[in-house]
Amino acid sequence: MTKVVMTGNYAQSYAAKLAKVQVVAAYPITPQTSIVEKVAEFVSTGEMKTQYIKVESEHSALQACISAAALGARAYTATSSQGLLLMHELLFWAAGNRAPIVMGIVNRAVAPPWSIWADHTDSIAQRDTGWIQYYCESNQEVLDTVLQAYRVVESQDVLLPAMVMEDAFYLSHTVEAVDVPPQSAVDQYVPKLKSPWVLEMEKTMRMGSFMMPDLYTEFRYKIAKGMVDARKRIIEADDEYGRRFGRSYGGLVQEYRCDDADVVLLATGTAASTAREVVDEMRKEGKKVGLARLRVFRPFPKQEIIDIASRVRTLGVFDRSWGFGFSGPVGTEVAGVLYRSKAKPLLKDYVVGLGGRDVTPAVLKGMFTDLLQLKGESFETEWVGLKRPEREVGPDA
Amino acid sequence: MKTYKSYVDLPMSPIADVPSSEESTAGWRTHKPVIDLSKCTKCYLCWKYCPDAAIDTDHEGWPTIRYKHCKGCGICAVECPRTCITMEKEI
Repeated sequence: MTKVVMTGNYAQSYAAKLAKVQVVAAYPITPQTSIVEKVAEFVSTGEMKTQYIKVESEHSALQACISAAALGARAYTATSSQGLLLMHELLFWAAGNRAPIVMGIVNRAVAPPWSIWADHTDSIAQRDTGWIQYYCESNQEVLDTVLQAYRVVESQDVLLPAMVMEDAFYLSHTVEAVDVPPQSAVDQYVPKLKSPWVLEMEKTMRMGSFMMPDLYTEFRYKIAKGMVDARKRIIEADDEYGRRFGRSYGGLVQEYRCDDADVVLLATGTAASTAREVVDEMRKEGKKVGLARLRVFRPFPKQEIIDIASRVRTLGVFDRSWGFGFSGPVGTEVAGVLYRSKAKPLLKDYVVGLGGRDVTPAVLKGMFTDLLQLKGESFETEWVGLKRPEREVGPDA
Repeated sequence: MKTYKSYVDLPMSPIADVPSSEESTAGWRTHKPVIDLSKCTKCYLCWKYCPDAAIDTDHEGWPTIRYKHCKGCGICAVECPRTCITMEKEI
């Protein structure tokens, strides 16, 4: 292993290099830019043997990756926020064509108001596009997860694309020591892509062709099945990575001191890192609190959530985005899962850290303290740290 | 024509192994384009503007309509600079 001090963004670039991606098509956007700048540098120095396609928009970037996948190439791209929103149409095309693309996402708030800071709205809003969604906590996890993602998406029963998320600036522009695994070991972990079909000049083939109502449902069901199989492959890929490289991340949900906890907070991204510190501090004070880190949002970890919920009195949910009209998106998913299970802990959703507002240990401790004293009705939502007027205006959102 | 009893029989990706020009969408048409070749200069603007694959060329390079596939949108008739194409009512 070689330790390299790098940003979360460079961890994406190094992973793309280690995965020997054959095509990269990308368009720059803050805070993603340095990912593809580093890839361009690797290509220019010959360290990466990759076709680097410069395009005029994110929409074209993803289309180029979908086309590359149609030709049997391993493709990678990266974007953020508005760029991801511009890709929205093509996200469905990638999943529908069963293109095993991996895309790095630097989670950035959506405008307006214009913001470049961390917020999960951009990727959470892509929930229904058929992409696997990983959320990372450290630069090391970013590198490791991109490699795991290739192994998952290229499984013949999955063949769905994946996004690998990292929080803007907290990871994207913050350096830490990252173990870079040896190329030969990565080659064995992520062998050359075997596409079950490729476009060929001599053969007539149309991709994404017209479908009448009698079979459209069946194609959508096949994507749904791919997501079910992805769950199994995500766990396998993480376990296998642990065996080969000594690091694994709990599959879809990473538990920390949950076993005898009264209260567990389900958190996502870098805030989970801070929450881990807070859990340790509060445990020293005798408070039975634990952390469950939601590492994979799609496929949604139903079994894991039910398992945790059945052991605790109160479950808190951290949402770094808000679904206008009703609830935080992770909160609704958790409530939806628990309605269909026997486990019925008290449930409370927190909207926190929007547009890069700091999620400090004090903020998280406040949430744990609130959860510990929670009684009565479940599923209220709290906008943490909202600057409210002295006299409230109308009912809460 | 293949028959599919369940989703298991379908390919993973919605791939077709026949060109779209073989898809029979003629039933969508109410008017069909008819080319008056005596005025045609083989500029191929009809071929270029056809949003699908309904215009082909014959062995002498004259444009021909694939009536099996043409949906009768009429774009070729509008774009032809010498108004060689007329839309004839079929139904």
